[in-house]
Amino acid sequence: MSLTVLTVDDSRTIREMLRLTLVDAGYRVVQAEDGVHGLEVLSGEAPDVIVTDINMPRLDGFGFIEEVRGDPRHRAVPILVLTTESDAEKKNRARMAGATGWIVKPFNPAKLVDAIRRVAA
Amino acid sequence: MDPMAAIRDTFFQECEEQLAELETGLLAMEAGDLDPELINGVFRAVHSIKGGAGAFNLEALVRFAHVFETALDELRAGRLAPRPEIIKLLLRATDVLADHVRAARDGAEADTEHSQAMIEELRTLGPEGADDGQAADEIDGLDFQPIALQPEPAVARSAWTVFFRPRADLYAKANESARLLRELASLGATLTTLDAAALPDLDALDAEATYLAWTIELATEADEATIRAVFEFVDGDCELEVTSAGADSPQAAPDLDIAALIAKAQSQAATPVDTAPAISEARRAPVAAPAPSSAPEQPAGPAAGGTIRVDLERVDRLIDLVGELVINQAMLSQRVMEAGLTRVSGVAMGLDELEQLTREIQDSVMAIRAQPVKSVFQRMPRLVREVAAQTGKAVRLVTEGETTEVDKTVIERLADPLTHMIRNAIDHGLESPARREAAGKAAEGVVRLAAAHRSGRVVIEVGDDGGGIDRVRVKQIAADRGLIAADAPLSDDEIDNLIFLPGFSTASEVSDISGRGVGMDVVRRSIQALGGRISIASRPGQGSTFTLSLPLTLAVLDGMVVSVEGQTLVAPITAIVETLQPKAQDVHALGGGAQVINIRETYVPLIDVGQALGYRRQPLAAGAGVALLIEGEGGARAALLVDAIQGQRQVVIKSLEANYRQVPGVAAATILGDGRVALILDLDTIVAVSRGDQRKAG
Amino acid sequence: MTEPTSNAGATARELISFRIGAQEFCVDIMAVREIRGWTQATALPQSPAFVRGVINLRGAVLPIVDLGARLGFDSSEVTARHVIIVAQIGPQLVGLLVDAVSDILTVTDGVIQPTPDVASDTAKTFVRGLMAIDGRMISLIGLDHLLPEQHLEAA
Repeated sequence: MSLTVLTVDDSRTIREMLRLTLVDAGYRVVQAEDGVHGLEVLSGEAPDVIVTDINMPRLDGFGFIEEVRGDPRHRAVPILVLTTESDAEKKNRARMAGATGWIVKPFNPAKLVDAIRRVAA
Repeated sequence: MDPMAAIRDTFFQECEEQLAELETGLLAMEAGDLDPELINGVFRAVHSIKGGAGAFNLEALVRFAHVFETALDELRAGRLAPRPEIIKLLLRATDVLADHVRAARDGAEADTEHSQAMIEELRTLGPEGADDGQAADEIDGLDFQPIALQPEPAVARSAWTVFFRPRADLYAKANESARLLRELASLGATLTTLDAAALPDLDALDAEATYLAWTIELATEADEATIRAVFEFVDGDCELEVTSAGADSPQAAPDLDIAALIAKAQSQAATPVDTAPAISEARRAPVAAPAPSSAPEQPAGPAAGGTIRVDLERVDRLIDLVGELVINQAMLSQRVMEAGLTRVSGVAMGLDELEQLTREIQDSVMAIRAQPVKSVFQRMPRLVREVAAQTGKAVRLVTEGETTEVDKTVIERLADPLTHMIRNAIDHGLESPARREAAGKAAEGVVRLAAAHRSGRVVIEVGDDGGGIDRVRVKQIAADRGLIAADAPLSDDEIDNLIFLPGFSTASEVSDISGRGVGMDVVRRSIQALGGRISIASRPGQGSTFTLSLPLTLAVLDGMVVSVEGQTLVAPITAIVETLQPKAQDVHALGGGAQVINIRETYVPLIDVGQALGYRRQPLAAGAGVALLIEGEGGARAALLVDAIQGQRQVVIKSLEANYRQVPGVAAATILGDGRVALILDLDTIVAVSRGDQRKAG
Repeated sequence: MTEPTSNAGATARELISFRIGAQEFCVDIMAVREIRGWTQATALPQSPAFVRGVINLRGAVLPIVDLGARLGFDSSEVTARHVIIVAQIGPQLVGLLVDAVSDILTVTDGVIQPTPDVASDTAKTFVRGLMAIDGRMISLIGLDHLLPEQHLEAA
């Protein structure tokens, strides 16, 4: 049975690229547009991996990760952060919030899939 | 369609949305709204554009967006104050960003000089030594540090010792030691030793704490960087040491003294690994297009707020089909009537119901294509900024009724006329700030753009509070151009309308901005081609307002079918105030062939349609025919004389210009129940031409 | 759609020939969309005499040009014309009113002779060349500029 990946990003373009890449790699993909939407989706799904952006309206990546880590059901789900920002301070903040790993946009599809396999094997 | 091409289209669509959000946000900030969420939204708009652009390797766009984003980051972090001149700069940057987006979309080059100038200006806002985004672009893929490259000799296999003690945080982030060890093992032969010395008794065991450490002896061809890469994600959440056990043992599995190693490991003070910045290959790998997947071609997007995205072609096809349905239903009704079948019970009622249903379907389908005029209005702020800058005038744009809905095809064809009128308003209508102040007005002029629904039409107003039409000058120009007799007695209204005459404006008269050979006559023809009317009201010293009246949709028309000299014609009902049977004694001649008719003690020009269109030489005898009393937008009335009225019908509008060209007096064509083409009259032109003819003749 | 000039490459092309009065003409078949019989046209006001009006072509409005009149012939034989050749000229469809369609010819460019200088202005505008086929003279017609220019419409 294929793994489920939840992708959270407010850019339609990025969501479609993620879907294309991940479906092609054999994953089942569910999507959300921002942190709040992501939490809503999580109430009905139990993904094996979460890939999320940082900069989003309503609830940003940091807040979203903290919420997920605070939920007993999803505490142990690997979360990869996908964003254009690469400064150490933001990375640290993501790590503090509970991110498992970090990928910089524009993402290389092969490496994205690789990263997912590594955290969700 | 290639999935990446479809996503590229999506990206550019999204860019337009982001640009609109960006501009709206900045304008709100300019107006004083400093809600942090607003500022964040502005940042995100540029951030989003940059993110997507990177994926498609749109370098110039990425570079500009990055500098813009950096400046906006300063703004949202509170390090840059949102002063008016700053916001104005950001608005201009928005315009440049838009240019980059469109250039990228069309495969053209954006204006590099202009762009570079803007980049320099933006850099003055940012933090010192802000990078220009090149470094960030080049970091590719997974990038969780510490790959300190060391010149490793290329040996067949070397022995490594890896010491790994995870901290609690590692697990809290859903990383797993087992997985990491497994991955390490995939690099070569390993010998793993567990150090459980820290493990307490079971009752003291905290399930969330970590007590274990491992020492792994690894014989691998991989280099140190690869070994460390296995622990990329968990750096900082563990103690990690990777040491080379020496390159002088080329055998597969070096002989190891386990005890000695464990002792060595345990005695070593764990130090956090150096977080040297990743120096990976400076190569931005293009996002490869995967093999065509079964991705749907028309993504009907998330039904957020109960909307769906539909391909425009499908809607157009639906509208065409419904149009044909209307024609067919009319033809069927006619044939049934002619065959005398309406007397058969139920047939008449059935036909009526069919007509009702068809009309309802048509209305519903038309509504699908209805869009708020906002999409056209939102191009205007930028236009106003540019023209204001070019003319050196201070202008504020006020818009109203942006949510007024109009058929998509009408909206698209409104852009050019509106653009021209707003240019005119700023260039010719508004005075310079100095002159305005001298006249006791505010230095900043106001251009007003408003839309509303009024009696089944869409009314759009473009107004300014400038100096109004200079009537003396307009009359002089018209006389000079031979458009009127120099001493012709004209009312103020008539003088104002002179600007609509072809040949009124020429390059020498009109400035570079509103010129380019486009005069108000072209604007009026564009509006008329849409089935609309345009009129002007002006007060000297106070300003002018153009009023456009447009049909709600282009495709259908409520028409009055009439006969003129054996021809079947259609007159738009919305313009017809009443119909009446003229009596001979009410018709009077004015000289020069002109006639008027007395309607309830008011004299109204009487125009014989057959004569106006050239179907007959002599007008109908006085007292014959039927007169349609029409009212133009300015309230001017005229009576159009036709031979007879055949009835009222909703007709589907067919373009005459698609295969032929514009014919004066004819707005469009339609296909009647008998399959024949009938012309739809352009009442305003008929009246205007007739009036003009009379004036010239007189 | 531009007509290839008579000194373009020596490739063969197909032409459709038709008759107006006693004369024969032809046009490139690539420009022809269909051929139909005459139906009563709706007259257009303020139009040149050679524009006979418009008809309904499956929901589109098609102008009908009396080709003979356009070429400058006497229009007294109007009633004899009852075939409409629907041609594509640029982005527009136009119906050419002729007497009858004769044949489909395949010719190479070498067969087409240039129009002699003695021809009238109208002929020069539309006649792209002459051909002699089976002892008959057939004029090759170019359809650009068939419709009146905008300024001709003003009454």
